Amino acid sequence: MSLWNIAWQNVRERALSSILTALSISLGVALVVAVLVIHSTIDRAFRRGAQGYDLIVGAKGGQLPLVLSTVFYLQLNQQLDPVSYELYKKLTSGPLASAVELAVPVCMGHEYKNCAVVATNHDMFDRLRYGNDQKYEFAAGTNFRDDQPFGAVVGATAAQRADLKLGSKFRPVATGLERTKHGDKGHEEFTVVGILSPTGTPNDGAIFINLEGFFRCPAHAQRQETSAAPKESAENETHHEHHHDHPLSAILVRTRIDENPIAAMLLPDEINRNTDSGMQAMAVKPAIVIADLFDRVIGNVQLLLLVLSALVVVVAGMGILLSIYNSMNDRRHDIAIMRALGASRAIVMSVILLESILLALGGGLLGVLLGHGLTALLAPMISSQVGVGVAALEFRTVELLLVPGLIVLATVVGYLPAAVAYRTDVAKSLQAGA
Amino acid sequence: MLLLKDVKKTFSQPDGSPLPILDIPEFHVGAGEQMVLMGPSGCGKTTLLHVIAGISRPDQGKVRIDQFDIGLMSEAECDRFRAQHLGYVFQTFNLLRGFTALQNVLLAMRFTGRRVDKARAKGLLEQVGLGHRMTHRPPMLSVGEQQRVAIARALANRPKLLLADEPTANVDSRHQQQVLNLLRETCRREKVALVLVTHSPEVAKQFDRVDRLADFNLAAKNVGSDAEDSASDSDVPLSPNPEF
Repeated sequence: MSLWNIAWQNVRERALSSILTALSISLGVALVVAVLVIHSTIDRAFRRGAQGYDLIVGAKGGQLPLVLSTVFYLQLNQQLDPVSYELYKKLTSGPLASAVELAVPVCMGHEYKNCAVVATNHDMFDRLRYGNDQKYEFAAGTNFRDDQPFGAVVGATAAQRADLKLGSKFRPVATGLERTKHGDKGHEEFTVVGILSPTGTPNDGAIFINLEGFFRCPAHAQRQETSAAPKESAENETHHEHHHDHPLSAILVRTRIDENPIAAMLLPDEINRNTDSGMQAMAVKPAIVIADLFDRVIGNVQLLLLVLSALVVVVAGMGILLSIYNSMNDRRHDIAIMRALGASRAIVMSVILLESILLALGGGLLGVLLGHGLTALLAPMISSQVGVGVAALEFRTVELLLVPGLIVLATVVGYLPAAVAYRTDVAKSLQAGA
Repeated sequence: MLLLKDVKKTFSQPDGSPLPILDIPEFHVGAGEQMVLMGPSGCGKTTLLHVIAGISRPDQGKVRIDQFDIGLMSEAECDRFRAQHLGYVFQTFNLLRGFTALQNVLLAMRFTGRRVDKARAKGLLEQVGLGHRMTHRPPMLSVGEQQRVAIARALANRPKLLLADEPTANVDSRHQQQVLNLLRETCRREKVALVLVTHSPEVAKQFDRVDRLADFNLAAKNVGSDAEDSASDSDVPLSPNPEF
């Protein structure tokens, strides 16, 4: 009969009190687990959102608004200045192309049923990757092709939120400055040709339309007359396809960092110095901006939440102290009996501490199951609202810290009742119980 | 095998003055001997048993069990010694309610520092007639059954000396003799010395040696209730002077 057995028997004897105490611990631990799950989900969503490309090229201005709009499709009050299509051509077939493996144009400023509508080309899903170099997969249909100017691809969450299925037709609506510039003229109808499988990125909550169809919209089609004077160099060659003069919101760039590292490293400076057509551009490394945002702001908020959750566990730990301490008066006689049978002071003290640890670990285990279970239950709702997949059943290594943490907590709160056991006067307690 | 020499023990009174409870020049029990210790309530019988068991420390004097002087042991050593060499049967049984009969016996083995002998525990319970009640907890056992578990527990570690503090006091009269017989027979079979405290003349009569605490405890005049049960004591023949 080990000390653990003795402690377990004592816990069982006070079943109701033990269950309630363990339950209070479990609620605190469940809260910690939920915060960790959310923390991990947001961390991943933030960092995955901008993977697959190295730079975002946009008009000079604030780096953070550019990244937030381009990566997370946030409809900011401050509308982004556009970047010229000329620059896009330079990146794909012009003087900057040697450093660029892939450039994907995006136009924003539209929505459909509260889902951001992003105009882009098929390279977005054919050639870009996300997460750990993962290819975009389609739960239904396929990516839009060049010969489908009014084709659309819908993110997994957006499909549910906007009630779009394969073949569904919809008209994007301009928002913000786009609405101001172009009025409420509706777009052409777009047809859903593909629905993405969940990616755990902001793309899940967005709708993607073919840039070609976007440019054909009367609201966007504009003929930009080129100047009569030819440009000085071939690098400044312009195109006269009218819809291809439409400015872009941003360009996603994947550099040839492996094949042409020097050119790739110099590319941001080249872009930042570009002053063609009076449109100044900047190249932003989204991973750095996102990491900075996360570490400075969101990371701190989540740390605060984690600290608060830990405090809840500590408060619940006080419940263990109260539960065991309050039982000590009734148990002095039992402790005296064990001492009379030959148990040393250290042994009876250890039994009390082990009871405390059993309650904490039992509550902790229940809390881990409860935390993961509840977040799994709420995951679909969270995903549909936030557009980010929640890996609720994924166990994080950091959760292993709960074990030593709970043991330390149990030892600290169990010390006082254990000291009472230690100091029990055997003769007096035996007499009192007789 | 048990020798007390010049053992003194005092308690503090509420006003702080000392109250001598024990003042024993000498007290001896031989190996395997079974004897009764009598005295009125409050005369120090339980205190004497506690001193012998090492539960209480005397203020001075020697308590020797075989070649071991427990007064020279640290508290932890004393606890271990008590677990290994002494058995104790309490008046109120003092079983742990949350543990089964078998677990109560195993518990006594746990604190010896040796391996727990489950087979012996089961054998003892069968010897005391509780082979079919091993998994029952004390609230599910009768008073007599609880006392039998207590006896099995006291014998679990093959003690040299068993101390029984009024073991039949809380047992109904119908089962008192059963308990007593069980205790004596088991001690005889296991060759365990027995010191049994009682104030029942009917119990005392059955033993060859009956000592009155007042006869060898010089502090006796300071203790004991005013309603000393001298009438019942006088019916019991005293033992000759104990061997030293």
